[in-house]
Amino acid sequence: MTDYTTIDFSDLESMSADEVVTRAFVRDVRLASGKTLALITLDNGRDHTRPNTLGPVTLLELGRVFDGLRDRASRTEIDAVGLIGKPFILAAGADLSKVGEIPSKEAAKKLAQLGHHVLGKQATLGVPSFVFVNGLALGGGVEIALNADYRTIDASAPAIALPEVFLGIIPGWGGAYLLPNLIGIENALKVVIENPLKQNRMLKAQQAFEFGMADAMFPSANFLEDSLRWADGVLTGKVKVKRPNQPGKLERLAKWDVAIGIARKSLESKIGTVPNSPYAALDLLKAAKSGSKVEGFAREDEALAELISGDQFQASIYAFNLVQKRAKRPAGAPDKALARPVTKVGVLGAGLMASQFALLFLRRLQVPVVITDLDQTRVDKGLGYIRGEIAKLLDKGRIDTDESNRLNALLTGTTHRADFAGCDWVIEAVFEELGVKQEVFADIERYVSPEAILATNTSSLSVERIGEKLQNPERVVGFHFFNPVAVMPLIEVVKTPQQHDSTLATAMATAQRLKKNAVITTDSPGFVVNRILAKVLGEAMHAVDTGTPFETVDEAVRPFGLPMTPFVLLELVGLKVGAHVLDTHHTAFPERFFRSESLHELADLGQIYEKDGKGNAKGVDKRARKIVEKQHGGTGTAMAADELRRRIEDGLADEVHRMLAEKVVAAAEDIDLCLILGAGYPFHMGGLTPYLDRVGASERAFGATFHTPPIRGVVG
Amino acid sequence: MAEGTEVVFVDGVRTPFGRAGEKGMYWNTRADDLIVKAMIALLERNPSLPKDRVDDVAIAATTQTGDQGLTLGRTAAILAGLPQTVPGYAIDRMCAGAMTSVTTTAGGIAFGAYDVAIAGGVEHMGHHPMGFDADPNPRFVAEKLVDGDALNMGKTAERIHDRFPQYTKERSDRFAMRSQQKLAAAYEAGHIQKDLVPVALRSEQGWGLADADEGMRPQTNMEGLAALKTPFRPHGRVTAGNASPLTDGATVALMTSKAAAKELGLTPKMKLVSFAFAGVAPEIMGIGPIPSTEKALKKAGIGIDNIGLFELNEAFAVQVISLLDHFGVEDDDPRVNRWGGAIAVGHPLAASGVRLMLQLARQFELHPEVRYGLTAMCVGLGQGGSVIWENPNWNGKKWDSGQLGREAKQLAKDKKAAK
Repeated sequence: MTDYTTIDFSDLESMSADEVVTRAFVRDVRLASGKTLALITLDNGRDHTRPNTLGPVTLLELGRVFDGLRDRASRTEIDAVGLIGKPFILAAGADLSKVGEIPSKEAAKKLAQLGHHVLGKQATLGVPSFVFVNGLALGGGVEIALNADYRTIDASAPAIALPEVFLGIIPGWGGAYLLPNLIGIENALKVVIENPLKQNRMLKAQQAFEFGMADAMFPSANFLEDSLRWADGVLTGKVKVKRPNQPGKLERLAKWDVAIGIARKSLESKIGTVPNSPYAALDLLKAAKSGSKVEGFAREDEALAELISGDQFQASIYAFNLVQKRAKRPAGAPDKALARPVTKVGVLGAGLMASQFALLFLRRLQVPVVITDLDQTRVDKGLGYIRGEIAKLLDKGRIDTDESNRLNALLTGTTHRADFAGCDWVIEAVFEELGVKQEVFADIERYVSPEAILATNTSSLSVERIGEKLQNPERVVGFHFFNPVAVMPLIEVVKTPQQHDSTLATAMATAQRLKKNAVITTDSPGFVVNRILAKVLGEAMHAVDTGTPFETVDEAVRPFGLPMTPFVLLELVGLKVGAHVLDTHHTAFPERFFRSESLHELADLGQIYEKDGKGNAKGVDKRARKIVEKQHGGTGTAMAADELRRRIEDGLADEVHRMLAEKVVAAAEDIDLCLILGAGYPFHMGGLTPYLDRVGASERAFGATFHTPPIRGVVG
Repeated sequence: MAEGTEVVFVDGVRTPFGRAGEKGMYWNTRADDLIVKAMIALLERNPSLPKDRVDDVAIAATTQTGDQGLTLGRTAAILAGLPQTVPGYAIDRMCAGAMTSVTTTAGGIAFGAYDVAIAGGVEHMGHHPMGFDADPNPRFVAEKLVDGDALNMGKTAERIHDRFPQYTKERSDRFAMRSQQKLAAAYEAGHIQKDLVPVALRSEQGWGLADADEGMRPQTNMEGLAALKTPFRPHGRVTAGNASPLTDGATVALMTSKAAAKELGLTPKMKLVSFAFAGVAPEIMGIGPIPSTEKALKKAGIGIDNIGLFELNEAFAVQVISLLDHFGVEDDDPRVNRWGGAIAVGHPLAASGVRLMLQLARQFELHPEVRYGLTAMCVGLGQGGSVIWENPNWNGKKWDSGQLGREAKQLAKDKKAAK
C-alpha cells in the first residue's frame, strides 16, 4: 500500500519553474440552510484560450488548500467543500507541456502519485466534497470530479472526456478505477477507450450526465446558484442522490469480465496490438471490478509511470502538438493578407470526386458553385448526387430547410465553360492525363479573369506542367485532397516556381475555410503522402513478386501499428489506382521505387483477398497467389519478416531524408503531419519519423536522426 | 370586451443589491445576467405559468448601452430561456424605469392586449455611471430650458432644502439613520430574504455567492452622519449618508390580468388600483412624487388617509420628507418604509420601482387590515411616479385597527410627552 504522505514531491516542483499555475482560491458561501460551503475556484488568471491545467505546482497548492479545509472541517467551521473552475472551463487536465519532459520513470510515477495524493484528499476532508463541472473538463479535470463525493454539471459544458488513451497514456489520477465503479463497466469502456480511439471523441454535458458522471445537471445561466442549492439539499437530506448506473453485484459477477472480453477482441481487430495504452487501460478497467481504491490507485501509478516514460507516449505528444499547433500555422505559408476573396467557384468535371468537391465548397464557402462536364447527362448525374447529399444533410438535421434551399440555389451545372465567367476559383478533377488537364485549363482561361485561381487535384502529374500552356501560369496551384473528401482532413497544397504568393495565400485561406489542414509541398512526384505510400506498397508488392508470402509481408509491417496492411490498403484505394501510383513513382525514381506487373493483373482480377458473403476478407485469393508466383516463377526467395521490415524501415528513412534534402516540405514534422492527417498513421509512431529514429532506421540509412534528441521514452 | 380588466401583481423577486464600482460585488457580473437570473428565479417560483403564455417582457435600464443595450426585454427573455415566441422591449424613465415597466405592461393588460407580462428593471451603475456618455441638447442651457443644477441629482436635493428650510439636515440625517435601522431589523426578521435571488459572483479571488444587500450600514448613528461631507455644495445638507448610494441590481415582477392569474393558478399579491406620472421643475425633481401621488389618488378616488402603507423611494431623505410633509404624514410614521428604503438598501435607478412593490406586497401579507398602499418615487429631469395598490388579503378593517394603529398612537403619545 502506498502512503502518499511520505513521498517527497519537491523534485517535481523544481522541474516546473515555468508552469502556468492554476490557483486555488477559497471563499466561504453561506447556503440557504445556514450551512457553510467552502468554495474552491480553480483559475490560472488567463482567458479561455489558456485553460486551467494541473501541473505539479498547481497540484501541491491545491493539496495545501484541501489540507486547510480539512482542518477547518474538523473545527466544524465548514459543512462542505465545493470546487469549480474559471468561466467555461473546469480544467483541461495535466499540463502536457510538462509531462513530455519527465526525466525518469521514477519521476513519471511520482506525477501519478501526486495526482492521486491531492485529488484523493477530497474523500478525506471530513465533510462532503462537491465538484461543480462548470465547463470543459478533460483528463485530470474529470478526475478532480471523480474523486469528489458529488458532482453537478453545466448543461452547456462543451467537452467532457478522458482522452488519455488517445495520447498514449491512461486515466491515472483515479479515473480508471473510479469511473467504472461510478458509471458501470460498459459506459466506462466507452469513455476511457472507445471514444479516445474515435478521433478523440468527447462527451457533451447531457451524455456525461446520462452516463452518470454527474449527479445533477443545471443550465448555465444559474449553474453555480443551482449547484449550491442542490448541494445544500444533499447536506440537509432533502435531495436524495441516485446513481442508477453504479455497478451492483450482478454487474460485477456477470457483466464485467464479459464486457472487457468483448472490448479486447474489438480492439485487437480494429487497431491491432501495437499501441500499448488501450490495453493498459483495459487491464486497469478489468481490475477495477474488485479490490480497494488504494489498490486501484497503486495500479494506476504503475501503469502511468510505465506509459509516460515509454516511446509511444512521447511520440503521441509530438503528434498531438503537430495536429494541434503546427497544422494551424502551416510552415512556409505566405502572408495571409495576400489571399484574394473567393466568391464563386467552378468545378471542372462532374464525376464522384468533382461532385464531392462541389459539395464541400458549397457547404463551407457558401458561394455560387458551378459544375461542368462534357455532356448534360454527366452534369445532371453530378447535380443529382450533390442535391441528394444536401437532402441527406437536411434529413439528418445537420442543416435546416433555409440552408438546404440556400445551398441548392447556389449550385448550378452547365456544359458551357463560358458559364465559369466570374469564378475566382476553379478546381479541376478531370481525367488524370496531362494533355486533358492542360486543355481544360487553357480553355477556361478564356472565360475567367487573369487573377482567378486554377487549382488542380492531380496526384501524379506535375502541377507546373499542367499550367505550362497558360497565359497566366502564376495562378496555378496544386490542391490535393484525400478520399473521402468530406472526411479526410488533409490537403497538400502544391507550390510551383511560377506561382504568385497571392495564389498560394488564396489556396491556404481556402483550405482553412474548407476546414482542412493544408501542408505546403513542392511540385514533386507523389508530393508527400503518395510518395510514402508508394514506397511501402512498392516494397510490399516487390516482396510478394519475389517469393515472400503475403502473410509474411503483413507480419513484417505489423509492429508499425498502421491502420491496415498494405494489401488491404491497395484494395481500399483501388488496385488499378494503386498500380498506376506505383508506375508513376517508378518512372520518376526507377532506382528506388518498384512497379509491379502483377498488381496490374490483380487489378484485372479485381481483388487480392477472397471475401465471404458479407464482404469480409477470408484470406488471400488463390488466383492472386498464382499471379504473383508468375513473377518469380517459383524460384523466388522468401524474405524473413524481420528482414523485410528492416528493408522497409530503412527505405522509408532514406526516402524521407531525400525528401527533406529536396525540400519537398519544410521539415520532418510536415511529413509526419501529412501522414497522420492524410494516411491515418498512428500517434504512437509520431507519424513516421520518430518511429524511424527510435528503431535505428535513420542511423542505418543516413547516419543520423530526424530529431535531435530523438523522440523516445526515458527508458529506451 | 377588454374594458375593466383587472390587473394584478402576482409575484416579484430581485437580486441582492451591490455597491457600484470596482470594489462592488457585481463588478465582474454583467447587468443583463443580473436581470436574467432574477427572471429565471421568478419563472421557477411560479411553475404553473407556462412560459409561452408570457405575452411581453418589459425591462428598464437608464443607460441602454453595453451590457444594458440591445433591447433588454428581448435579450433577457432569450437568455432566461423563454420561448422565441415571447417578445420583449426596453423601457427608460430613469429612476422610475421598473415602475414604468409595470405600469406600461399593466396598461396593456388592462386594455386586453396581454394576459401575462414580465416587468422589471436593471441598473449596473458600476458599469454605467449616471449620465455617462449622454449628450444633452445645447438648447437646454442656451434657452435656459432647465437650470444648470437639473442634471446633478444631489444639487436638486439641496434645492428642496432651500425651498423648505424647515427640512433641516438633522431631520434628513435622522430619517436616513432610521432607514438603516429598519432595514437591519427587517433582515433580522427574515422579511427581505424572501424575495432575494442569490447571485453567483466572480472575483479575482474566485467565485462567491451574493445573498444579501451589500451597502447596508446598520451601525449608522447621528454623530457619524453629521460628520459627513456635503459634496454638492459647501456647507450644504445633502451627504452620502442621507442619500441613496450608487448601486447595482435587478428586479422583476410578474403582472397578469386577474382572470389569467386564476386560470393559471397564480395567487396575486397586489391588485393595481391606479397610477400616475407627473412633471415638476427639473432642478427640484425630488418633489415630483407629490403631484403624481395627487393624481393617482384622484384617479383611485381615495384620499391619503386611505393609504395604510407607503413604500417611497429614498433617493434622498429630504425628498421623501417633502412628500410626507405635503400630505401631513410624520417623518417617522409607522406606515412609511417599514423595512427601510433606498438609503440603506441602495438605488439601482431603473430597478428600484419593483423593489418598492416587493416590499409593499410582503407587508400586505402581514397587514390584512390595510386595504391600500402607495409606491412612489422621484425621477430625474423633474418627474414623479406613483402607483396605488390594493391588498387582496384585506380583512375589511381600517388600517389603524391593528399593529400599525397601535404604533401610530404610541408615536403620537411619545411626541406629546417629549413636548
